[in-house]
Amino acid sequence: MAVAEFELTQLPIGRMAEVVKVGLTGLARNRLLDLGLVPSTIVEAIRKSPSGDPVAYKIRGAVIALRSEESRHITVRSIN
Amino acid sequence: MNNLATDFERLTQKAEAERKKLGAVRDQVVQALYREAQQIAEKVVKKEENKRDLDRTIDNIVTSKLLGYPLMLALLSFIFWLTISGANLPSALLADLLFGFQHRLTAFFQWVGAPAWLHGVLVLGMYRGLAWVVSVMLPPMAIFFPLFTFLEDLGYLPRVAFNLDRLFKKAGAHGKQILTMCMGFGCNAAGIIACRIIESPRERLIAILTNNFVPCNGRFPTMITMAAVFMGVLVSGYNTFAASFLVAGVVVLGVLVTLAVSWVLSKTLLKGVPSTFTLELPPYRLPKLGPLLIRSVLDRTLFVLMRAVVVAAPAGAVTWLLANLQVGDLSILAHLAGWLQGFGHAIGLDGFIVLAFILGLPANEIVIPILIMSYLAQGMMLELDSIDALRELLVNNGWTWLTTLNMILLSLLHFPCATTLLTIRKETQSTKWTVLAALIPTGIGILVCFGVTQIVRTLGLV
Repeated sequence: MAVAEFELTQLPIGRMAEVVKVGLTGLARNRLLDLGLVPSTIVEAIRKSPSGDPVAYKIRGAVIALRSEESRHITVRSIN
Repeated sequence: MNNLATDFERLTQKAEAERKKLGAVRDQVVQALYREAQQIAEKVVKKEENKRDLDRTIDNIVTSKLLGYPLMLALLSFIFWLTISGANLPSALLADLLFGFQHRLTAFFQWVGAPAWLHGVLVLGMYRGLAWVVSVMLPPMAIFFPLFTFLEDLGYLPRVAFNLDRLFKKAGAHGKQILTMCMGFGCNAAGIIACRIIESPRERLIAILTNNFVPCNGRFPTMITMAAVFMGVLVSGYNTFAASFLVAGVVVLGVLVTLAVSWVLSKTLLKGVPSTFTLELPPYRLPKLGPLLIRSVLDRTLFVLMRAVVVAAPAGAVTWLLANLQVGDLSILAHLAGWLQGFGHAIGLDGFIVLAFILGLPANEIVIPILIMSYLAQGMMLELDSIDALRELLVNNGWTWLTTLNMILLSLLHFPCATTLLTIRKETQSTKWTVLAALIPTGIGILVCFGVTQIVRTLGLV
């Protein structure tokens, strides 16, 4: 059974997902790779900033805030 | 020449193609590294869940919709209140001590039979300027810097950036600009160097050009002193609580101006799309007292104080000379101030205040000492060891609450000090941006002071 893939921005707070694809290029892509955002990494949406954006994600033990401009380009799939 | 150009083009194309191939390799390398690291970590790292829960609870509060912003404001006001009220007594003691020593110096100069001008330049110029800078600046800094370093080490500042990023994104700026602004509280030159953490050149330049809208440590004492005087002019017997809110309000105004100017810059001179934003929210750590004190007192407080002292001494001497060398029947300083009087009056100040800001270009710390010296040289000498004495001097020179307010506004909104300008020149490698960095805030400051003054005068409030 195929698992639904969606943008990281759609991950509800408190839920986890697995990275499928990082759809950015250049400097932005390198920056995210450096943080450990590679395919198969587990990401958890932790909290939203008071104004709704950026959103903080737990990535490999560190809490990293991403703007929707970046997380929009990260494809994830839900896990149980 | 043409041949060379095509050769170069071919070469860059080839490099680009190679880089694309390498990009895929890079992905694989990073993935492999992380797989390996994860396996090792799973074997050896034990996790502390309790600590993490506490972090989450704190973050739930400090980044909450309801409390996030009010808490930041309250914390800022609280720090200023601690600084202002805590600095009062030590400032008075230091002033007593240092100005007391001035009499000994005077006695010594008389004993060796030194000429009056030498005593004037060295004691009344240099030493008095120094004594003022040290007694006014040292206590607030020695309180403010450790408190601020504490917040920094605790891990609170990234949360501030997290809370405020949306505003900065809307202004076309980078969220990390907030961190460079926090550094600017200490020293704008340091804040401008901190702008290196912003990768995109466009947003870095915005951060550099607007850093000056955060009042640095050289201007805080001016603002705090003025706030205390202001509260005294407004309601007799000043209130440190109201003064700290006033200073916090000035800081908020500075942030608003930063956002507005960033927005205008990103729509005009520095057009472009926002670059990537990633910000780590590190776990909270209770700072270690020793390193905290060493860093805040030695690296920051004493560093900034030394810089102020190095500048204040010669500036004090120059000011004394300007105030005491006569051309015709007036001192040079009075002539200069007379020329600036019309302009000063239009923006709710006077010629001496405008001149003090101009002579204060080497360092903002010396604006008030220069001003006091120029007022004192006009009339009788008096001991300036308290806010009340200062208020009396200023009121005698025609100050109203409007003058004080404009003084605070202009202190926030005027050209950066010489050190900061040099740093901007070094970081941007551009004279054009350096000149703009001075013109933008000065222009805004003059407009704001002019507007406020005209409104207040039209309404007949002073």
